[in-house]
Amino acid sequence: MAFLRAFGSYLPDRVVTNEEIGAQVGCDAEWIRGVSGIESRRFASASETVVQMGAAAGARCLERAGIAATDLGMILVSSGSSERQFPGPAASVAKLLGLDSVPAIDLPLASAGSLFGLSLASQLAAVVGNVLVIGTEKMSAIVERQPMDRAVAILFGDGAGACLVSPDAGGARVLGWELHSDGAFAEDLRVEYNEPLAMNGRTVILQATRKIPRVISSLFEKHGLAVSEAGVFLMHQANQNLILKIAVALDVSPERFYSNIARYGNTSSASMLIAADEWSQQVGFEGGVPVCFAAFGAGFHWGALLAVGVD
Amino acid sequence: MSKRQEIIQIIESVSGKPFKLSPEESLFESGTLDSFALTDVVAALEKKFKVSIPDSALNPRKFDSVERIEENLAEWGK
Repeated sequence: MAFLRAFGSYLPDRVVTNEEIGAQVGCDAEWIRGVSGIESRRFASASETVVQMGAAAGARCLERAGIAATDLGMILVSSGSSERQFPGPAASVAKLLGLDSVPAIDLPLASAGSLFGLSLASQLAAVVGNVLVIGTEKMSAIVERQPMDRAVAILFGDGAGACLVSPDAGGARVLGWELHSDGAFAEDLRVEYNEPLAMNGRTVILQATRKIPRVISSLFEKHGLAVSEAGVFLMHQANQNLILKIAVALDVSPERFYSNIARYGNTSSASMLIAADEWSQQVGFEGGVPVCFAAFGAGFHWGALLAVGVD
Repeated sequence: MSKRQEIIQIIESVSGKPFKLSPEESLFESGTLDSFALTDVVAALEKKFKVSIPDSALNPRKFDSVERIEENLAEWGK
């Protein structure tokens, strides 16, 4: 049995408006808002790294959970924008948290990485104890590579989110998860070494609008719950229009999909946990109420995780 | 009504605009459909023609024109 005990997040200070990014790629602010729901995003400074942001989010999460880093049994760090090929950021995040022997594993999965991390952690917690899951991304370093692609540059932002998955009761109990991968679409959303992000947006949207509702419905059905029973859907914040499509497909009010994409853009694998952290500060788990996490991204990898608030 | 006319009717319904392209013209390049409208067209095609298009066949190129949709519908309907 595993519990989602606490969340944390970190957002860089610099706010990049649609006007600013639009001027760089030749489109106006209102068009960006219309096609994505995004009004601004945060960009890290030149010296700010994926590791630093991830550690900041992780530290905040541990503080909220009321435990020390030394109480961790494992760290999982997802990132699709790590500054180097290897080592990935996980060991360095652990070092910044003051650890020198706790296993720290990288999940180099953009977009869906945090969801995969939560799912793995929910199985590992019974064996290793507390698992800190972090998603951390500096997407600005990728989208600003030349030549900038308008369709990509307007979407992404930087930040990090974290969740403590624990065998000790509190927060929400993980009921189950369902993950999928299909490499047939690997070319449709990818970043080659030192190249700009390449995205076939139509394929991404077409596949995501079918696969996400399907996996959510399947997961609820497995656990004998109706999708309509979910108190909130905490999703990867890819595009507000995509979130609305999924709400319609599931016949659930869009208000039940927590959204902060207007302020932060798409922060790839960090976005779901940043959203979860904000939601937990504003609302939080309620005893007996199901909460659904879901994500879709490069790979393609996608899935959902179901948890229920504990009394 | 022919299959082609029914496809056009779906595109008009989703785009909210009268269809003025030739059957082989790109629905995307012409601005008739965007990524999100495409998802509605696919759902409407499945419902109208009682076909289930597998995820592996969901390539936007197969929906780029009325002509292509018509060709592929024949394949998916087998």
